[in-house]
Amino acid sequence: MPLAFVILICAQWLGEVLRRVLHLPLPGPVIGMFLLALALATRARGWLGVPVGTAPLVRTAEALIGNMGLLFVPAGVGIITETDVLRRAWFPIVAGLLISTVLGLVVTAWVMHRVSRRAESRALPGGRRTT
Amino acid sequence: MTVLATLRTLWTPLQPSPLLWLGATLLAYLLGQRVQRACRGLALANPVLIAILAMAALLEFTGTPYATYFAGAQFINFLLGPATVALAVPLALNLGHVRRSFHGLGLALLAGSVTSAVSGVLVVWLLGGGRAIALSMAPKSVTTPIAMAVAREVGGVPALTAVLAIAGGIVAASIGQSVLRWLRISDWRAHGLAAGVAGSGVAASQVAPLNGLAAAFAAIGIGLNGLITAFIVPLMAWLWPA
Repeated sequence: MPLAFVILICAQWLGEVLRRVLHLPLPGPVIGMFLLALALATRARGWLGVPVGTAPLVRTAEALIGNMGLLFVPAGVGIITETDVLRRAWFPIVAGLLISTVLGLVVTAWVMHRVSRRAESRALPGGRRTT
Repeated sequence: MTVLATLRTLWTPLQPSPLLWLGATLLAYLLGQRVQRACRGLALANPVLIAILAMAALLEFTGTPYATYFAGAQFINFLLGPATVALAVPLALNLGHVRRSFHGLGLALLAGSVTSAVSGVLVVWLLGGGRAIALSMAPKSVTTPIAMAVAREVGGVPALTAVLAIAGGIVAASIGQSVLRWLRISDWRAHGLAAGVAGSGVAASQVAPLNGLAAAFAAIGIGLNGLITAFIVPLMAWLWPA
């Protein structure tokens, strides 16, 4: 658990440093996530435990992600300082939210569905081609 | 001692310390979880939304400024950074899936991320919402901590993005399954990925218990959509100068 936090915080810190040094427009924790994923996929595979998935890092990550909802309550409460924005522009906000969420959902699922169907029918020559 | 004096004795040590608002935030979230369990996991009874509404009402009622509240609640907020980094773990655990369906995954992620970011900005702009609101909308389908960080980066309103991200997650969780089934998409990978990309954690937690493959692809969708959107949205902000 302490070691897991050291790994997470070091990755975040490295992300912040890279962001500053390279003037990246990305948030530090996102760069940290990318760096850690890269490390875990290559040299640091062992940090996930033997067998894979048993290390304290995995348990700590699961605990943090499982309770992530709690973590953004303080920032979300900040909406009380933005009530005039909500009152002024509620219609574009609600419309944009609904339309972009449904479009994102449909496009992602449809492309994934089509491409994997095609890949499967190519993998089985003579197999039934379904649309 | 009168009741009022007793209350004051109890209240005084709490007020200047971070304990009060830290504890109240935890209690509000716990209350939200109870309510959702009582509603049998209804997506609309989202614990985060309930906690935010309850805390907002409490601050309004007690006349507490947001800065005072945040001085206590910042200890919870601090954990957002490590939690974002922790998203690398499910990504690494599901690497096999990423390798196996690399083409479909890459295309679907890119198409989904670009569609939701661009359509959100376009709709807000067309309806006259203005740049700050449009840029707060752009990253909203990403997992909330990344969405807020991206919004801060490009001059949006992080608190608005947080609320939009949760609301979008609720929309995706409530109607996602029906919409996709109506389009005759039955692949669990597509269902999981779409939930992760369009509705992040809220929608993912709704499809994850239904199917293991859906859970894996939802985790992949959340992590990689975060990365892609963190690139796309600053690019859009750069193309649309203030």
